[in-house]
Amino acid sequence: MNAILDGISQAINLIVTLNPEVFEIAALSLFISLSATLLAALIALPIAGLIHFREFHGKRALIVVIQTLYSVPTVVVGLVIYLLISRSGPFGFFGLLFTPEGMILGQTVLIIPIMMGLFISALTGVGKDIRDMLTSLGATELQSIATIVREARFAILSAIVLGFGRAISEVGVAMMIGGNIRGATRVLTTAITLETGIGNFGFSIALGIILLSIALIVVIVMNIITSTLSKEQWQAMGGSV
Amino acid sequence: MIRAEALSRSVGGRAILDGVSLEIRKGEIFTLIGPSGSGKTTLLRLLDLLDMPTAGTITIDNSRIDGHPEERFRVRRKMAMVFQKPTVLNTTVEENVAAGLKFRKVPRGEIGEQVRAALDLVGLSHLAGRRAVSLSGGEMQRLAIARAIVTKPDILFLDEPTANLDPTNAEMIEDLILRINKKFRTTMVLSTHDMIQGQRLAHRIGVVMDGRLVQTGDLNMIFYHPVNRAIASFVGIEPIRGGIVENSEDNLATIAVGQVRFQAVTEEKPNSKVCLCIRPEDVTLSLAGTGAQSSARNCLKGTISKMTPLGPFTRVTVDCGGVPQSALLTRKSCEDLDLSTGTNVVACIKATSIHVIPDL
Repeated sequence: MNAILDGISQAINLIVTLNPEVFEIAALSLFISLSATLLAALIALPIAGLIHFREFHGKRALIVVIQTLYSVPTVVVGLVIYLLISRSGPFGFFGLLFTPEGMILGQTVLIIPIMMGLFISALTGVGKDIRDMLTSLGATELQSIATIVREARFAILSAIVLGFGRAISEVGVAMMIGGNIRGATRVLTTAITLETGIGNFGFSIALGIILLSIALIVVIVMNIITSTLSKEQWQAMGGSV
Repeated sequence: MIRAEALSRSVGGRAILDGVSLEIRKGEIFTLIGPSGSGKTTLLRLLDLLDMPTAGTITIDNSRIDGHPEERFRVRRKMAMVFQKPTVLNTTVEENVAAGLKFRKVPRGEIGEQVRAALDLVGLSHLAGRRAVSLSGGEMQRLAIARAIVTKPDILFLDEPTANLDPTNAEMIEDLILRINKKFRTTMVLSTHDMIQGQRLAHRIGVVMDGRLVQTGDLNMIFYHPVNRAIASFVGIEPIRGGIVENSEDNLATIAVGQVRFQAVTEEKPNSKVCLCIRPEDVTLSLAGTGAQSSARNCLKGTISKMTPLGPFTRVTVDCGGVPQSALLTRKSCEDLDLSTGTNVVACIKATSIHVIPDL
């Protein structure tokens, strides 16, 4: 019991005094996961668009595969990326193993399926009515797609936020690809693993609090998005604001 | 303006539209009436080039439209459609109306002006800056009309434009449709399952039933001279079946239905089996035994079997010796005559008010 209380008071101390190591780790975490989120969104959105707007054989099956990959274990992604970018792997010459860039790559791969799947649902949510309306209004295919993406903007945004949440909270990729090198690839989750292992609970709890705060911010952002949505839905039902 | 020949469309092996041929003239309001699910929407979507027909051809403005996407796109830009379900983009009313103009790359300055004019026409100017999703159903449908006409289409398709609206809003939309047709001479093709609306709006009517265009004609043709029993029922006539032409002289025939004899104008030959179509509003009722004189050739004694209130009117069903015949009376005249079930009355029908069709 004492260890926990000590840990908590030590954690508060570390945060209040803006301990440089704690904040360096947090900043690196944010940088890596935000980069991965951005990259994943840029890759997933066009592919999701292609899958949604084109009719082809095996479309349903492909979507099922994507949805299955939502829950791919982070260590499996870590292993695959490790094999690909390690010195002896096919992409070894890039020297990405144990670098933040390598971790960005790993997290990007990790969250692409969930983002792609949610993007597809977002676009599907816009509905055939709108698509028909745009076609009848004389939209070209590109104009039509651009308008539908715009219509789906809230759902797309929440998919991005969810992807970010998965990236910042994962340990497997960060540990296996990053290697938890102090001052280079140590992020919140890997640092917590290590510090807990060596009994440095205060440090772990401080990092845990920061991680939770980031999660809190994510939830708040999500809520703002959905409340904007529900406000509009409420208006759609005849209410006024 | 539009010519369709033998248009068919099947989905998954099931024929939704089967060999529809029709011609729509420039500047007219052509209304498709028919029960829900009869294929009206499918036909409109084919004509608006949204879907591809399984068979048949469409000619618009003398050019035959084939499967070439570029050409379909070019022709589609000269048309517009208002759908049954009001659909808006999640943005302002103004931006919604501007959509078609933006797609056509109209310069910004002109867009503003044209959008204002369109909103003015449909009476939504005061809501220009509102979010479109916050509009009521009627307002959304007026927005959809503004969005469609702002591109100055040659042809406007309207699929059941008032189906989801209350009577006041429906009337507003109907007025708007007539105004647009007058003002821009836009050719309009509209579908409705409301035959009274068809009556109010249409220059010509096409009746669609079970995926086929079963009759085309003006109001008089469709409502007074339906070609078969199904159409007669749909346009509000209860056809009397089992008639046999007894004799005929100068097209004035005597037709027996059970014990009752009708006199009607028809070209049907003696001994042919026929159905009699009598519009309930063409039947006059008077109380039996009052000796009221009528110039009508058919005066049938009967007893009122049923009275159905229809707003300001009442449909009175009279059993005339085993033949049921409905009459449409105002509520007021029902009260004045003190009619109720069981009252003995005389139903009078002119020979020219009876439309005779073969009983098949």
